[in-house]
Amino acid sequence: MTTAAQILSQFQATGVQTCFHDRHINAQIYADLNGRNWSIKDYEARGGYAALRKILGADGGEGMTQDQVIATVKESGLRGRGGAGFPTGLKWSFMPRQFPGQKHLVCNSDEGEPGTCKDRDILMYNPHIVIEGMIIGAYAMGISLGYNYIHGEIFQVYERFEAALEEARAAGYLGDKILGSGFSFQLHAHHGFGAYICGEETALLESLEGKKGQPRFKPPFPASFGLYGKPTTINNTETFAAVPWIIRNGGQAYLECGKPNNGGTKIFSVSGDVERPGNYEIPLGTPFAKLLELAGGVRKGRQLKAVIPGGSSSPVLPAHIMMDCTMDYDSISKAGSMLGSGALIVMDDSRDMVESLLRLSYFYQHESCGQCTPCREGTGWLWRVVDRIQHGQGRPEDIELLDSVAFNIMGRTICALGDAAAMPVRAMIKHFRHEFEAKIQAATKASAA
Amino acid sequence: MITEATKQRFAREVAKYPPEQKQSAVMACLSIVQQEQGWVSQESEAVIAEVLGMPQIAVHEVTTFYNMYNQQPVGKFKLNVCTNLPCQLRGGYEALHHLEAKLGIQMGETTADGLFTLQQCECLGACADAPVMLVNDRNMCSFMDGEKLDQLVDGLKATEGKA
Repeated sequence: MTTAAQILSQFQATGVQTCFHDRHINAQIYADLNGRNWSIKDYEARGGYAALRKILGADGGEGMTQDQVIATVKESGLRGRGGAGFPTGLKWSFMPRQFPGQKHLVCNSDEGEPGTCKDRDILMYNPHIVIEGMIIGAYAMGISLGYNYIHGEIFQVYERFEAALEEARAAGYLGDKILGSGFSFQLHAHHGFGAYICGEETALLESLEGKKGQPRFKPPFPASFGLYGKPTTINNTETFAAVPWIIRNGGQAYLECGKPNNGGTKIFSVSGDVERPGNYEIPLGTPFAKLLELAGGVRKGRQLKAVIPGGSSSPVLPAHIMMDCTMDYDSISKAGSMLGSGALIVMDDSRDMVESLLRLSYFYQHESCGQCTPCREGTGWLWRVVDRIQHGQGRPEDIELLDSVAFNIMGRTICALGDAAAMPVRAMIKHFRHEFEAKIQAATKASAA
Repeated sequence: MITEATKQRFAREVAKYPPEQKQSAVMACLSIVQQEQGWVSQESEAVIAEVLGMPQIAVHEVTTFYNMYNQQPVGKFKLNVCTNLPCQLRGGYEALHHLEAKLGIQMGETTADGLFTLQQCECLGACADAPVMLVNDRNMCSFMDGEKLDQLVDGLKATEGKA
């Protein structure tokens, strides 16, 4: 008798298409993975936990001080991989290390920005690299308690991470007096249950405290008032995953993998109209054209129309601008968008941009937490106006109306969700205004007839 | 009815947090209840409130804020199909409409035999596997074209003796 669980397991991802392919360039986080070698023994065989042993001086040697670890991360040029791109070493230096009470370390694995699916593959197929990165961060900032907040929709990944935590505890990498040193760190996994907003760091903290995930006003920043009101540092999964390599090989070596101010490799999630959607780990500064080639090019031999380069919140860029970009924070920013989480949503020349924007606008009005009026009301307004343009009810003044509503959301809310909803609207109108106008003109003609 | 075995599962979650911060376990406890009972009733919320030492209304706030908690009973298999942009570009709506036709229901509805509830959902975070679908909160299904959807639905029906 076949069980439901057996049926469902047939459809589970294997990682072959998204992660275990030979189309990464100088991979560090995804290197040598095959889906079967996620456990601690395999991770150690790949050089795992050597960075932790190094800083603690567990194999002889002097070890590294907290300041040395932070200086190394600063030197590496590592920037936050969750979306904001803030320098990680600098963030770590903001933590009040001498604070006498409990301090917390939090990993943001609430990966729900449409287009983004890189952390899922890291946690599923290489969970110990995140655990090791977190332990190193905890050591550097003098933190003894941490949580990894994992997107609720990827429950199998949460269970995998829990299994990896058990292994790390049994091996003496987590817990009291790690590897015989004076340093102790407890780490646990926490899952979400369907709320995009919890990817915002202060909403995530509220959620971790067992409340609805509504963002907090900043300041105070989490470094002074974070989880349970105590100093807290929050980094993205991929950020922590980059740390062991940096400690083993040095900050300078990491920086040299990428380009100045954009150190290291970065994982890009490529989705939409390409032949081979998947995650691609490549050095920052790699030309977009190369990444598109790795992903098999535009699907069915079609032409590239546009790319949303950094997750659904980042402004869309037309093909001719995108083809001149390199994949790093500075180049994408100069082109008028954001590298964000590194999720590229690729659209071919058959795509209707109003239809695409309609789906995104629905998403943001659905996920607005309702706390700030400009976002709660404005996201619904944006969605309704785009909806009527798409469905033949558009009015001549609607384009200006969309722009005005978007303008009045931006910068007027507690968190960035308002901006995230407004930016795609403004960028779509900026680059593809003629598509909106054509639909509105058709509607006007139809109603006059 | 929350059994002692369920309360032991709660206790494993509570142990992750500082003793004065038991409320942090509320999301996990609610998802355990949903896994065992199919949905979150007010009776369940009351028990969780007592176990965690928090007001029942604070538990209810959590249930109603997060998309994945079922506030009413659902079918034995809850199918959540992602139609967000990356999935839309690769057949997310086709998957949703295929299931509507196959099950004879509209999105948001449950089949008359109580086996399937069909819902549209927001980004599941598996965009390169599009189109994707989540079954009963914990089982992600990847690359769900029409053929695979048929296999899945027929397979699940067979396990219930309704093939």
